[in-house]
Amino acid sequence: MSDKIKVTINKQIVEVKPGTTVLKAAESIGIKIPTLCHMDLCDFEFVNKAASCRVCVVEIEGRRNLAPSCVQKVEEGMVIKTNTPRAIRGRRTSVELLLSNHPQDCFTCPKNLDCELQKLADDLNIREIPYSGEKVNYEKDTSSFSIVKDPNKCIMCRRCETMCNEVQTCGILSGVGRGFDVIVAPAFELPLQDTSCTFCGQCVAVCPTAALTESNRTRDVWRALADPNKHVIVQTAPAIRAAIGEEFGMEPGSLVTGEMVSSLRELGFDGVFDTDFAADLTIMEEASELVHRIEHNGTLPILTSCCPAWVKFIEHNYPEMLDIPSSCKSPHIMFGAIAKTYYAEKNNIDPDDMVIVSVMPCVAKKAEAHRPELTNYEDSNVDLVITTREAAAMIKEAGLDLKNMPKTDFDKMMGESSGAGVIFGTTGGVIEAATRTAYEWITGETLENVEFNDMRGLEGIKSATVNIGDLELKIGIAHGLGNARELLDSIKSGENEFHAIEIMACPGGCIGGGGQPYHLGDSEILKARQNALYTEDKGKKIRKSHENTEIIKVYKEFLGEPYGEKAHELLHTKYVKREKL
Amino acid sequence: MSIYRLNIMVCGGTGCMAADSQGIVDNFKDILKEKGYDQEVQVLKTGCFGFCEQGPIIKIHPDNVFYVKVTPEDVEEIIDEHIIKGRKVERLLYEDPDLNEKINEQSEMSFYKPQLRIALRNCGLINPEDIFEYIAYRGYEALGTVLKNQTPEDVINTMIKSNLRGRGGGGFPAGLKWKFAHKAPGDEKYIICNADEGDPGAFMDRSILEGDPHSVLEAMAIAGYAIGAETGLIYIRAEYPLAIKRLEIAIDQAKEQGLLGKNIFGSDFNFNIKLKYGAGAFVCGEETALIASTEGLRGEPRNKPPFPATSGFKGKPTNVNNVETLANVAPIILNGPEWFNKIGTEKSNGTKVFALAGAINNVGLVEVPMGTTLREIVYDIGGGIRGGKAFKAVQTGGPSGGVITTKDLDTPIDYDSLQAIGSMMGSGGMIVMDEDTCMVSIAKFYLDFTQEESCGKCTPCRIGTKRIYEYLEKLTEGKATMDDLYNLKELCDSVKDTALCGLGQTAPNPVLSTMEYYWDEYVAHVNGHCPSKECKALLSYTIDPEKCIGCTACAKKCPVDCISGERKEPHIIDEAVCIKCGACYDVCPVDAVIKP
Repeated sequence: MSDKIKVTINKQIVEVKPGTTVLKAAESIGIKIPTLCHMDLCDFEFVNKAASCRVCVVEIEGRRNLAPSCVQKVEEGMVIKTNTPRAIRGRRTSVELLLSNHPQDCFTCPKNLDCELQKLADDLNIREIPYSGEKVNYEKDTSSFSIVKDPNKCIMCRRCETMCNEVQTCGILSGVGRGFDVIVAPAFELPLQDTSCTFCGQCVAVCPTAALTESNRTRDVWRALADPNKHVIVQTAPAIRAAIGEEFGMEPGSLVTGEMVSSLRELGFDGVFDTDFAADLTIMEEASELVHRIEHNGTLPILTSCCPAWVKFIEHNYPEMLDIPSSCKSPHIMFGAIAKTYYAEKNNIDPDDMVIVSVMPCVAKKAEAHRPELTNYEDSNVDLVITTREAAAMIKEAGLDLKNMPKTDFDKMMGESSGAGVIFGTTGGVIEAATRTAYEWITGETLENVEFNDMRGLEGIKSATVNIGDLELKIGIAHGLGNARELLDSIKSGENEFHAIEIMACPGGCIGGGGQPYHLGDSEILKARQNALYTEDKGKKIRKSHENTEIIKVYKEFLGEPYGEKAHELLHTKYVKREKL
Repeated sequence: MSIYRLNIMVCGGTGCMAADSQGIVDNFKDILKEKGYDQEVQVLKTGCFGFCEQGPIIKIHPDNVFYVKVTPEDVEEIIDEHIIKGRKVERLLYEDPDLNEKINEQSEMSFYKPQLRIALRNCGLINPEDIFEYIAYRGYEALGTVLKNQTPEDVINTMIKSNLRGRGGGGFPAGLKWKFAHKAPGDEKYIICNADEGDPGAFMDRSILEGDPHSVLEAMAIAGYAIGAETGLIYIRAEYPLAIKRLEIAIDQAKEQGLLGKNIFGSDFNFNIKLKYGAGAFVCGEETALIASTEGLRGEPRNKPPFPATSGFKGKPTNVNNVETLANVAPIILNGPEWFNKIGTEKSNGTKVFALAGAINNVGLVEVPMGTTLREIVYDIGGGIRGGKAFKAVQTGGPSGGVITTKDLDTPIDYDSLQAIGSMMGSGGMIVMDEDTCMVSIAKFYLDFTQEESCGKCTPCRIGTKRIYEYLEKLTEGKATMDDLYNLKELCDSVKDTALCGLGQTAPNPVLSTMEYYWDEYVAHVNGHCPSKECKALLSYTIDPEKCIGCTACAKKCPVDCISGERKEPHIIDEAVCIKCGACYDVCPVDAVIKP
């Protein structure tokens, strides 16, 4: 039996594997079929199978109706036509119908020129919408600090549902209502804020229109920058430098740390700092906590707590396990706490006059910054959070092209980082960084090879064992909340035992965050971003957090002992049991 | 078991129940007891008799007397006259409208004469809440025969030979479906009975479940044996409380008698049936949506293939059959496929139940052999058009079907002939329309239904049906242009071509079919005229100045003050303001108001 199937597409004969979709078969011989709802997360093995938009329809000989090529599998001898007037009329009608129920406000739409529906309308040569009539009219959901949901722009592609329910297993979004009024929404059309949404933003990352976007704070940042009485400083997360270039037409994986720093400085920030510095700080605390828990028979495993979506996920879904995450605040929040104390003191600035802006690859960080626990002296540690995309938009707004900017360094005091801090941006990076430090602290020996390959790569769940003296340190790593759930369940059931676990909510880690340039599940882009971070790590003279001279200084001059009293006050937090809704 | 001299069967179908047949049952019980006859006369509530027009209906066995339009107040007279004295109550007998004579027996009535009841065989005949009455009419004999003497392959072959086609609408051969599910690999398989009857006006499935629930249970067990399933699910809409109650009773009784459960008839075959309630979404009649809903998910269809036969409930091979299809199974097993082949037409064997409604004299449920002509159904069984008006068309297939016009009155009805004339069998709703019916409005009615019942998943159905409805609305308001008409046609074709499931793919049918046969009516609407005078917005009332005596009665009556004129002078109606209520027409003493 042949393991290939022979089909004819537009008179060309093509042989493909059984189970191949018509869309993929056509692609393999260079025939493009437009799609809209289709989304294939390839390496992550998730496909949005809704076949709901009916844009990719093709004619198949012998079939009464047009078939959606994205889910239609090839069959031996199938004769397919992708470009007949009938197929074109079908897909055109679908797009025209979608447009007839769409707010035509492209000028001011957050996705203007970045919208798949808009592009499709252009590709299909649609110059007028033949249908007029009622449009759905829902209120925007602006209840959360992270995500804006505009149901009027929803085209029912269900990609967000696939991310939310299948990949992230959160089950917040689903089709609601009947007939023309159907939208994707939480149960009972609750505002997102009132649900157990983790704000991971993977729905935002895949939405083809502006039905789901980040809560945009760029105007607030501009307002702060315009205020002469404010001392406005910015920090950028590790994953930004490996992705922001894409917003300026650069290849995925272009490392633009220096260009990014000078662009932000050009915008008028009073200081441009690196969250990587705070990542090193996090390692000092987290590794201390790990050592402390190991030496004092404390609760194990310890779970990393850098990812706010992950933190909210465990609060809603595993409230009985809240003693296992590390009590460390996330790096950018630690940065804020140090900036408003140590930095303010050193530079003689009133913390009340300071505005801390975080550029994050993440939309959950926006909500995180508003958590009441993440304050000191009745003031939020971080004031404003913008995503990579928002930062790029501001740079463009200022007429700058990142590509052509000079490379400059972060400002001193909170700008130095080790290679360990850099790799925080990818899955496996945080725990690798922690291991580098914990190893040396526990053994008192120098770690020669700092690269732990078992912890790297894009596999959903990874595990590694590191021999540290007499101790076999068992490490678990998961990225994507579905994988996190699987890992947690295996710990709960006793099937797996670990000392330390790193979890990142987004597939790929922060490099694939909901605030990054849209990658639509293309894992090649994620791999390129990951490589960029590992390259920067490799190029660093200092690759272990505890060797970062600025970190050493901040403990010496201000914090005292890692995991000590002052550190606890400023750098540690607690968690809240939350309901599942 | 007691032995009764007489059995009084009171129709317990929903129509008769709405006309207080429960009051009839209660009165019978009370008065019979009072008069001391409760030990020799039994009162039973049965399933639907079908002749809803004449309900509530009661039938007395073994006298074989059929009373119509009975009220609870008639009960005492029936007891005194019929039960005690043995005399028929003449005034409650059915009177043939043509012969003007009273008719005693059901089989002599023109409504029943051309009918052949297979699926409805026990409805009105047995007490649906007593398994022994079902057994007395050869109930569970087919299951016993199959389990004792036949292999699953034998059963499937019988079904394939019988050529029983899906009665839910699609007409796919049931035997083939069973074969596919039987062949699909997997040790866990399911039988689902689709009791999510949703076509407006159709109520045959409900009537079968209410009148003869065991016929469905037995068939599910047979199907389970054939495909290798041990679990059956009945997906039934929660709005059918009586059917649910009777199914629950039937399942309990069947379990008690060992006809469901483990080792049925001493064989190795185990089979259980559970009910799953639907919330009344039309789209859940589509099998993949039904399965999603049964699994507790949102009731929305998915693309096929894979078909449920290979991947259905919980991803396991699943066979979904409609209630009426299943009701045909036991008689086929008992009488053989050859018997079934002799009934009906070449490619559509057996009978079909139709819910006859609309502008017809005898509204009700009828079961006729395939191949019966529309003329026989409308004129012989249905007793012709109400009020002596002219026949215009019949809509079959509900919101998925189309119209059949006068020219096809003599077409023998089966799956293929209906499809050939642009309609479809559907689940068997048959809505008769007279000359006063506006075809644009009819199409609008159906599209209003489908656009509301769309699950909203795919673009053509969610937005397309809405836009189709909006075009029809424009037409009935006289605001459409010829361009709109052509766009509407094109949109209908496109929706049909691209929608995801059967609901969307057939939703434009009522429009396309009426456009084909009544294009002139559509054009008339573009020209601001509704030939049937049904579209209010297109009517204009005028006053004949020759006749008007200027009495001002119309002006005084007009609710929107759109009639003006001096006393004793001819009056005028301001069309722009007029709401076409017709009050002026009614009040004019000299017939000067001209109705459009």
